[in-house]
Amino acid sequence: MSTRPTPPSAAAGLSVYIHIPFCAVRCGYCDFNTYTATELGGGGSQREYPDNACREMDLVLADDRAAGYDYEAISTVFFGGGTPTLLPADDQARMLEHLTSLIPLADGAEVTTEANPDSVSRASIARLADAGVTRMSFGMQSAVPSVLRTLDRTHDPERVPQAVQWARDAGLQVSLDMIYGTPGERIEDVAATVDAITAMSPDHVSAYSLIVEGNTKMARQLRRGELETPDPDFMADAYELIADRLEADGFSWYEVSNFSRSHDTRCEHNIAYWRGADWWGIGPGAHRHRNGLRSWNVKHPSRYAAMLADASLPVQGSETVGREDREVERLMLELRLADGLAMDSLDLLGTDHAREQIDKHIRLGTLDAAAREAGVLRVTDEGRLLADGVVRDIVS
Amino acid sequence: MHQVFDERNQFVAMDVSPQEQAKIRPAHTQVDRIRNFCIIAHIDHGKSTLADRMLGLTGVVEDRLMRAQYLDRMDIERERGITVKSQAVRMPWSVDGEAYALNMIDTPGHVDFTYEVSRSLAACEGAILLVDAAQGIEAQTLANLYLAMENDLTIIPVLNKIDLPAADPDKYAAEIGQLVGVDPSEVLRVSGKTGLGVEELLDHVVRTIPAPEGDPDAPCRAMIFDSVYDTYRGVVTYVRIKDGRLTPRERIQMMSTLASHELQEIGTISPEPNPSEGLGVGEVGYLITGVKDVRQSKVGDTVTTLHHGAEEPLAGYEEPKPMVFSGLFPIDGSDYPNLRDALEKLKLNDAALNYEPETSTALGFGFRVGFLGLLHLEIVRERLEREFNLDLISTAPSVIYDVRMEDGTEVRVLNPSDFPEGKVNEIREPVAVSTILVPSEFVGATMELCQSKRGQMQGMDYLSEDRVELRYSLPLAEIVFDFFDQLKSRTKGYASLDYDVRGDQASDLVKVDMLLQGDPVDAFSAIVHRDKAYHYGVEMAGKLKELIPRQQFEVPIQAAIGSRIIARENIRAIRKDVLSKCYGGDISRKRKLLEKQKEGKKRMKNIGNVEVPQEAFIAALSNDGSSTNSDGKRK
Repeated sequence: MSTRPTPPSAAAGLSVYIHIPFCAVRCGYCDFNTYTATELGGGGSQREYPDNACREMDLVLADDRAAGYDYEAISTVFFGGGTPTLLPADDQARMLEHLTSLIPLADGAEVTTEANPDSVSRASIARLADAGVTRMSFGMQSAVPSVLRTLDRTHDPERVPQAVQWARDAGLQVSLDMIYGTPGERIEDVAATVDAITAMSPDHVSAYSLIVEGNTKMARQLRRGELETPDPDFMADAYELIADRLEADGFSWYEVSNFSRSHDTRCEHNIAYWRGADWWGIGPGAHRHRNGLRSWNVKHPSRYAAMLADASLPVQGSETVGREDREVERLMLELRLADGLAMDSLDLLGTDHAREQIDKHIRLGTLDAAAREAGVLRVTDEGRLLADGVVRDIVS
Repeated sequence: MHQVFDERNQFVAMDVSPQEQAKIRPAHTQVDRIRNFCIIAHIDHGKSTLADRMLGLTGVVEDRLMRAQYLDRMDIERERGITVKSQAVRMPWSVDGEAYALNMIDTPGHVDFTYEVSRSLAACEGAILLVDAAQGIEAQTLANLYLAMENDLTIIPVLNKIDLPAADPDKYAAEIGQLVGVDPSEVLRVSGKTGLGVEELLDHVVRTIPAPEGDPDAPCRAMIFDSVYDTYRGVVTYVRIKDGRLTPRERIQMMSTLASHELQEIGTISPEPNPSEGLGVGEVGYLITGVKDVRQSKVGDTVTTLHHGAEEPLAGYEEPKPMVFSGLFPIDGSDYPNLRDALEKLKLNDAALNYEPETSTALGFGFRVGFLGLLHLEIVRERLEREFNLDLISTAPSVIYDVRMEDGTEVRVLNPSDFPEGKVNEIREPVAVSTILVPSEFVGATMELCQSKRGQMQGMDYLSEDRVELRYSLPLAEIVFDFFDQLKSRTKGYASLDYDVRGDQASDLVKVDMLLQGDPVDAFSAIVHRDKAYHYGVEMAGKLKELIPRQQFEVPIQAAIGSRIIARENIRAIRKDVLSKCYGGDISRKRKLLEKQKEGKKRMKNIGNVEVPQEAFIAALSNDGSSTNSDGKRK
C-alpha cells in the first residue's frame, strides 16, 4: 500500500465542473472540446449525455473514497461548455440533483451555468434557478454585429439584455463574458461593447483577449491572410479601456481577466482553480484535480460513453504535480489575483534570485511595494498585464 | 598507339623498348625525359575530367577502377567542384619510341590560394591553359596565367569541352591566342569527356615543354609545393627536386626552420604512392618523415640534406598570411571544446589556418580565426560543420587594420571590438589589386559598384569584342564585405573576380558600435568608412529592433562612433504579457509552457539588463556582412 497524500482540510470544500460538449455551431475561434452533431453514435449523443455524466460522478466518488478523500460538501458547481443551455434545463437539473445526492451542497454554495443568449428562455432560466443554479454567465462576446460575425457567434446582440433580465427576474447573479482583439475589431467597438455591458449592470464581467489556437478555422483564416492578426499593443489598449470603464462603473478587478461589483459576486468556482482547491471535472475532456493529482478525460463523447458503459473512469491521462511544481503553479495562478499571495507560503520566493527579481519588478512598477512590506506578493494595476513575465523571471 | 592494352582494354605496358623504359625509372630518370607541368583552369572548366582522361590514357589508372575525378580527394572539393590541395601524378608516355615521365602537378583553383598556386607553378616548366570552349577565360584563370607567364613557364593554350553544343571554339581561340600571344590556330582543342585530342595534347607537352634544368651533383635542394596531413602516415610532403638528389633513410633539413627529420619514405605517385630509391634532379614526388603537423613542412620551403646540405634556400618562400578574420562561435555553447578540438585537427592539414580564443558577450566562447580569404573561410567553416558536426555562427569577416595613435603607438586590430580607445592619428587598411572580367554590357554597372566600394580604377582592356578586363585597387574590407555577391547580382553572374592583397592605404575609417540600453554588443561592432558609418548604424539598428523581442522596459538601440550617437531606434516595452484565460484545464499546459520558457531564458544572452535570444544575434549576423555564399562555384 503506498502512502496516501494527506487530504486537505475539510474546510476546503470540493468544486465540480460539469462539461457540456455540445454547441449549435462551432465558432471559428473555438478549440474547446465541443460537438455540433446532436446524434453522436455509441452512446455519445446529447440525449444520453446526462446519464453518462451521472455515471461518471458515481465512479469519481468511489475513486475518491478509495483514495481516502471524503468531501463533506460541495462549495461550487460550474456548468461549462460547449453550450450547457443547449441541453434541456431538466437535464442540467437532473445532473445537479444527482451530484448533490452524492455530496451535499455547502450553505451558500455557488452554482453557475454558462449560457448562450440564444438558447435560453424565461422558462428555462426559471427552471434552472429552481433546480439550484445561482449564477448565470452569458457568452455575450461583443455588442458589435460585425465582430460577432467574425467570431461566428449567431446570437443577436439585442437578445442579451432580455436574457439578462430573465436571469435577474429568476434571482440569479449575472456575469457577462466579452472577447476583445477579434480581427478587424476597432477600439470603438471595444468601447461599444463595454458600454453595452455596463448598461446592463451585471454583477460580474470576464474580459478575454482572443487567443487563436493553431487548429481552428480562424487560425487558418489568419494564415491565409483572410483575417489580420491584431496588434499586441491593441490588446493592451483594449484591456486598459475595458478596465477603466468597468472600474469607473463600480467594478473592481480580482483576477487579471475578471471584474466584480462586490466581494460577494466574484466567481468562487474560478477562485477555487486559482487557489489550488480540489475539483472534479465531469464530462469528455474535463480536467480534475485532487491534491496535486491532475487527470483529464478522453475527449470524444462516444469514447467517453463507451468507457463509462464499461464502468471505468473515462480518464485519458494524469500527472502528479511534485512539490516544486505545485509551488510554481501557485505562483503562476495566484499572481493573477488582485489579492496576491502570502510570500511566506512559497519556499521559492525565499531565494536570493527571487528577491532580486521581486526588487526589479518593484522598481519597474509591476509588483506592489506596499504589499510586499506586508508580506504579500501582488501585481500592481499597471503590472496586471505583465504578470506572466514576473512569474518567468522569478522561476527562471 | 603509345601504350599497349589487352583485349579488355586494360593497360599492359608501354610500347617502347626495355632500354627506353629504364630511362624513366623513378630516382634514375634522365633529366631530358622529364616534363613537369600543371593545368591552369577555372574551377568548372573541366580540369579534373581532363586529368582523369590523362591518367587513363597513360595507363596509371585502369578505366574500370577510375573514380571520377581521381585527383580531387576531399568530399567537399568533389561536391563543390574545386580543388584545394594539389597533388602530383607521374605518368609514363612515349613519343617516337622514346619514353618520358610526365609529372602533372595539380594546382588549387581559387583566389585565396595564390601563394600555393605560385609554388605549384614554380615546380613546373610548363602549363596547360585550359579554357571552357563555351565560356571563355575567367578572372582567376587570367591571374594564374599571368603568374605562370611571369615565371617563364611554357604555356600550352587548350580549349576544352569542344564537344558541347554551346562551344564557340573559334571565338575563344582568338581570345586566348591574343592573351598568350599565339595564332588562334595553335590553340589545341580537346574534350576531356570524350578523350578527343588528349593524346595529341600529351604529345604536345613532351614536344614543347622544356625538360627541367638543375645541377645533379650539387647539394640537394627540393622545393615543397604541397603538404598534406594523412591520418595513417602523418604529413605527406610533395617536392620538386631542383638540385642534387634525395635518398631514403637520409636525414633531411627544412631550411626555413632548420628542423631536421629522418626520411622514412620517398617515392612517386601514380596515382597511389610508390616508394622509390629516391628522387633525382628534376623529379617530382613525395616524402614522409613522420611529422604530424603541416606547419613542420611548409609550402615554399626548401628541403636539403642535414649533412653536406645546401647553403642557400630556393627563392620565393613566404609564410602564409591570414588576411580575413572572423569569429567562429558554437551555437550551442557546450560545443566549445568540440570546436577547439576540431580546429586543432584541421590545423594539422592547413598551415594557413590560425586562431585564438575569443569571448563575446553576445555569442559566448569561440575563436577568432584567420583565413587566407573568403573561400578559405567558407571551406573551413563547412568542414567544421560537416566533418565535426558543429553548428556555428560566424561574425562578419574583417581585415587587419593598422591603427596609429597620436601618442605614437601602433595597434594591429584583427577584431573590431579590440579597436583602441583614445586619439587616433591614422588607420591603414589592406588594399587588393582586383581583376574583374565582365561581358562589355556590364562594364558600367561594374564600374559603378567598384566606385561605391571605394575602388580606384587602374586600367581596362578588351580581351575580345565583348569581354573586358577591369583592374581596380579596392580596399580588402570592401571585397570581404559583400562585394562578390553584389558583383554577381549586377552582372547576372557573368563577372569573375580575382584579387591579390598588395600593400595598404590610409583611410578615413571609424569604428561603429551598436549599443543596447547603453551597453555595447561586441559582435556588431564594425570598422567602416566614415561615409558609410551612418548607413551601417541605421541598418543594423533597424535589424536588431526587428529581431530582439520586446522587454519589460523600453530598450534604446544606438549606433555610436565613440560617444557620438549616429542612429537610434527604440524597442518599445512589452505591454501585455499575460495569458488571458487560465482555468482548470489550462493549468498543466501553462505550467509546461512556463518550463519551456524557463529553458528558453537560459539560452538568452544578457546584454546589460536586456535579454536577447541568441537566435536574434545569429539572424542579425547571417543575413548580413558575410558574402560567403553556398553555391561554391564562383564565376
